Amino acid sequence: MFENIFQYAFIVRGLEAGILVAIIAPAIGIFLVLRRYSLIADTLAHVSLAGIAIGIFFGINPVLTALATAVAASLGVEKLRVSKKVYGESALALFLSGSLALAVVILSLGHGLNSSLFSYLFGSIVTVTASDVRIISILAVIVISILAVFYKPLVYVTFDEEAAKVSGISTRLINTILIILAAMTVSLAIPIVGVLLISALIVIPVITALQFRKSFIHTIIYAEIISLLSVVSGIFASFYFNLSTGGTIVLVMLAIFSSVFLLKNIRGTVRY
Amino acid sequence: MPVDHTKNIIEVKGLSFSYDGIDNVLEDVTLAIHQGDYIGIVGPNGSGKTTLLKSMLGLISPQKGTVELFSSDIRNFKDWHKIGYVPQKAVNFDANFPISVHEVVMMGRYGSKKLFQRISHEDKEAVEYALNQVGMWEHKDKLIGDLSGGQQQRVFIARALTNHPEVIFLDEPTTGVDKKTQDGFYALLQKLNKEIGITLVLVSHDIERMTREVMHIACVDKTLTCHISPEEYLAESELSDIAGNKVKFITHHHHN
Repeated sequence: MFENIFQYAFIVRGLEAGILVAIIAPAIGIFLVLRRYSLIADTLAHVSLAGIAIGIFFGINPVLTALATAVAASLGVEKLRVSKKVYGESALALFLSGSLALAVVILSLGHGLNSSLFSYLFGSIVTVTASDVRIISILAVIVISILAVFYKPLVYVTFDEEAAKVSGISTRLINTILIILAAMTVSLAIPIVGVLLISALIVIPVITALQFRKSFIHTIIYAEIISLLSVVSGIFASFYFNLSTGGTIVLVMLAIFSSVFLLKNIRGTVRY
Repeated sequence: MPVDHTKNIIEVKGLSFSYDGIDNVLEDVTLAIHQGDYIGIVGPNGSGKTTLLKSMLGLISPQKGTVELFSSDIRNFKDWHKIGYVPQKAVNFDANFPISVHEVVMMGRYGSKKLFQRISHEDKEAVEYALNQVGMWEHKDKLIGDLSGGQQQRVFIARALTNHPEVIFLDEPTTGVDKKTQDGFYALLQKLNKEIGITLVLVSHDIERMTREVMHIACVDKTLTCHISPEEYLAESELSDIAGNKVKFITHHHHN
């Protein structure tokens, strides 16, 4: 009854890009969530939109311009946060709304307020190009490699920044690396889930895995499984039922989170 | 390790610190801590004792004065593996943080590792040694948040022990820990100091307990107001009591 999904090249491209995003988002997400940095992902996503607008305006691949703006903004956010001249969350609000304003103005200049903007806002695997997949793959390899190299100090700084510093770890370097990785993750996820839904991919699988109360490495593994499951089934469901891909993926994630949360907390009340 | 009680491990000279650049939290503090010492830094809330500890660890930079660790200026200090640190946890500890006891203690090995180095057999042995020292090996797979306050403190001591440090700094380690657990905790500190020869620097507001545990007491109230033995401290506070000064009543204990 179902037609063969793999006969369409765009679906294969979407799955390739989607799986890469599904692997990377929670791996970065666990550090952001535990450091109470969840909103940074959302802010950087909005910043990326300004980058996308610049890309559309100048005819450059928008994923690349999104990457450049997100990384630049991430350094700015971190600098403002460390300086303590502006409250942390106000710095985020500043970047979030400021870059959105910039995006809208640039888009209106180039008469780009059309359907392609819509696909960047909410993601669309139909518009994922072969060059997008190439860029996403390269970014994914870079992010995973940096993460593997800095995993140990990242865990230490996330758990106990002061003790990490006393052990000789440069906490400023580690914080900067984390936020650059967040910026890269956000920009590589845009084609799939879009600017407005990225933080869901980064946050929801992690907070779902946290409900299991396991060790750090197990929590990452749980989050990866939940993320892959949601992204792949979301892409399939959106194809067969003709739904928005990004929205479907996030709703699958939410459904898994709700089930786990209810199950764990009902059991919790019985046990205690 | 052979302990040389004349060797300076920490030297603080003329240290002044201010958070806002106006009011000094610490003023002209000079203090030397020797190898094998067990020193209690005491003082009321807001006296600057934690600030002094943080300056000695390089977590904050003083406006005036110098700190030397193992005869090297703290700004150029590299041998962080010689130092163990047990931060004040009871206040800002995320009980839901997904991390096992074993993972927490393994962190102690991360600082001295090169980035590309994998966790070795030696690291695992160091973690097992440290957890056995504090009697927490059997709890290694539990989540840190599922332990009692006293057990958590032991785990943080184990983390500080993994590099076989020469000195361990502890910031209010018994906050929120009941009295009976405290006894076991201080017995552990005595063992680390007497048997292994680790220098201990402990910040506490519990002056009464300190007079029973440590070798030296350093009183901090913006400046260093005393650096004496517990016996001298008790004698002095009795004298000032007679003189009618405002001194917290301290029950007399024999140091044994």
